[in-house]
Amino acid sequence: MTLLTTRGLTAHYGDFQALFGVDITLDAGETVAIIGANGAGKTTLMRSIAGVLRNGPGMIAFEGKPIGAMTADKILGMGVAMVPEGRKLFPSLSVEENLLIGAHGRKTGGYWTLDTVYALFPILRDKRAVPGTSLSGGQQQMVAIGRALMSNPRVLLCDEISLGLAPVVIRDIYAALPQIQASGASVIVVEQDIGQAMKVASRVYCMMEGRVTLSGTPDTLTREAIHDAYFGVSA
Amino acid sequence: MRQPASYVVETRTAASRIAGIAALIVLAVAIAAPLFASRSVIQDLFFILTMMTLAQFWNLLAGYGGLVSVGQQAFVGLGAYALFGAVILAGLDPVASLLLCGVVAVIVAVPTAYFAFRLNGAYFAIGTWVVAEVVRLLVAQWKALGGGTGTSLPPEARDFWGVAQVEAMLDASGSAARDIVTYWLALALAIATVGGIYWLLRTKRGLALAAVRDNVEAAKSVGVDAARMKWTVFLVSAFGTGIAGGLIYLQKARISPDAAFRVTDWTAYVIFIVVIGGIGTIEGPIIGVLVFFALQSLLADYGSWYLMVLGGLGIGVMLFAPRGLWGLFSDRTGIQLFPIRRMLRRRP
Amino acid sequence: MIWVDTVVQGILLGGLYALFAAGLSLVFGIMRLVNLAHGDLIVLAAYLILIVVSALGVNPFVAAAIAMPLMFGFGWGLQRIVLNRVLGEDILPPLLVTFGLSIVVQNALLEGFSADSQRINAGALETASFAVGPVTLGVMPVLTFASAILVIVTLNQVFYRTALGRAFRATSDDPVTASLMGIKPANVFATATGIAMVVVTIAALYLGMRANFDPTIGPARLIYAFEAVIIGGLGSLWGTLAGGVIIGVSQTVGAAINPEWQILAGHIAFMVVLLFKPRGLFPRAYD
Repeated sequence: MTLLTTRGLTAHYGDFQALFGVDITLDAGETVAIIGANGAGKTTLMRSIAGVLRNGPGMIAFEGKPIGAMTADKILGMGVAMVPEGRKLFPSLSVEENLLIGAHGRKTGGYWTLDTVYALFPILRDKRAVPGTSLSGGQQQMVAIGRALMSNPRVLLCDEISLGLAPVVIRDIYAALPQIQASGASVIVVEQDIGQAMKVASRVYCMMEGRVTLSGTPDTLTREAIHDAYFGVSA
Repeated sequence: MRQPASYVVETRTAASRIAGIAALIVLAVAIAAPLFASRSVIQDLFFILTMMTLAQFWNLLAGYGGLVSVGQQAFVGLGAYALFGAVILAGLDPVASLLLCGVVAVIVAVPTAYFAFRLNGAYFAIGTWVVAEVVRLLVAQWKALGGGTGTSLPPEARDFWGVAQVEAMLDASGSAARDIVTYWLALALAIATVGGIYWLLRTKRGLALAAVRDNVEAAKSVGVDAARMKWTVFLVSAFGTGIAGGLIYLQKARISPDAAFRVTDWTAYVIFIVVIGGIGTIEGPIIGVLVFFALQSLLADYGSWYLMVLGGLGIGVMLFAPRGLWGLFSDRTGIQLFPIRRMLRRRP
Repeated sequence: MIWVDTVVQGILLGGLYALFAAGLSLVFGIMRLVNLAHGDLIVLAAYLILIVVSALGVNPFVAAAIAMPLMFGFGWGLQRIVLNRVLGEDILPPLLVTFGLSIVVQNALLEGFSADSQRINAGALETASFAVGPVTLGVMPVLTFASAILVIVTLNQVFYRTALGRAFRATSDDPVTASLMGIKPANVFATATGIAMVVVTIAALYLGMRANFDPTIGPARLIYAFEAVIIGGLGSLWGTLAGGVIIGVSQTVGAAINPEWQILAGHIAFMVVLLFKPRGLFPRAYD
């Protein structure tokens, strides 16, 4: 069943057009990766879906319902949660409060509660009372993911969760992905790290300069094809 | 081998050339006005010119300098009291003391800036207001100049420089002659103010000022001394406002701390003039004062309703036309009468 | 012993100033909004209480309780419809819009009620007093100070122990990310102003019972409120109380030296504190 679709999605920052007719789909139970270099439009795409960026013409549908004109808070209420680029934890809130606020707008209940999030990322339980932003980068990323999970989303958008983190830490974070998938969330992972993306995703889209330049499953995509689509020049 | 095209940086536009000529004509008429205009018209023009001057300086501070002050009334009052002090305590001629008004304002502006610049944004605004209140309360203790109830300009001082000549030349009575002299002084001050500010903004300093207002860190990174710019703008505004204050109260011939330091007259009205006209432009305060004057004349009899309309208008403009009336016009037509934007033009 | 009495009166006066300031502190802390009409809104609430008292014949405290939800609604609407539009990086628009609002409120009150001085009749409470050791304390000032403490404790509880408080803090930090959490920043800000207006009503009650008021006294209250908030430091309600007390004590001590110096002394204390601590006594770690 198709959970999320975009068709001909465009987006602008003022006069600057960042997305030129992007089509992607996410089926229930899938993990889809979106790869591309800096400035390719990956984060713009995520922000458009999440409702933070008001879109230009184009369609976004969740479970068949158009959400392109909805505000971010309504979209969260429908079950689409985002782990934003740069973590964006709230400095005035403790770790636990950051987690709790994730459930503020959607109280449907489900697998994810404070306890299960702490079980997923045990280090956070020890640090529950400290300000969210005083943690290390990797731990902050865990809080950001946990925060999004607290709304028990149907769709989880992960925007560059490996950015700025050491390989060991990245591994730990991605180790949590199977449990997230098992809880019933379908995931879109935005990554600059191609290897990581190919490991976790069942399908991959590659973007460059606001367009999807390649799509397919990890086993069918060749190195050259990815290289071309990522950088735009042949190796 | 092709010769590289050469470029020149210009600010003049066609509209500004026309405006320049029109301004000269208006100026000639304005100078000659006392010859044919009635006394009440001269007084109205005096009000318009002095309010416009105050507005230009507040605009320099807030619109160009990014320093939103709610305390400029301190310098109006200080200038006014400096004038009365010079006349009553030192026996100086009022017109000769006008420059002193500016100097006194600057002297107080220095510690004010030292204190206020430690604060940012809204804190800065409130801080300037508190300073103005402190100055008002201190001045009200000065018994020699009337304390809390104030005082009048002594009769000997009323025949100041120029009055006798005007009485003879234009066959005008004493008080009418005084109004004419102060009117010409106000005209001179207004021209000097607009001219001076326009000149400042066209120099490198003006460019630096715009940079500081837009982004302090970026400006500093290209070598702009942001602190120095803020000090310059603050002191220049204080100086001009002080002279204007002295002139205003010379014409009124009567002063009191409550009146000279009143926030409504010298800050609220000024801010509305700048905002309604168009903040951050030289044309804005000119348009604004004309609108303000028109409103005041129309609604003068309605007391509080007049002020409610003014307040409502200020709110409306800020919500729907934040660049003011001139901003609306300029955006639509692209016309600038006092152009300061640098344009790169090919050398013909 | 005169000095002890003076200082105690100053502390209690600080309670009133803290009440003036608490609503301002809340709004300033959450949305960096400088509401220059705050003092006039206190006066507006005082007139509202007056109307309720004369229309329904109830005592002032009941009248204030009735006025509170009305002021909440007014504040909610004001923020949602007008002030939300001017929030942002630039401090000029909110400054100017609230300046305009201040003028409108003052003059509307002048039109509606004339410039006559008014007072909320508190009956015996106005002059009741009791002795504590060598000092005589008026019941009204003590009640005011106690109310200030109660308000601050309640606001802090809401801020730090409730979901609404979390929403306030998160929205204050980052409205865009807060909307990703399902929070509607526009409504959060409106609620904050609504709550601030409830506190304003409490402040108005004590202002009106304590002394005469008329439409023009708003700006002076605004200055005291802001001084208290700024001395205390952004985001700290107890700091606001401390700020209020500092100004209150400075004023009473100044007045004891020379009655004409009362207000001046308060302002001087403000400037002295800011000279050494430009961000106030208990500022947040970041801003």
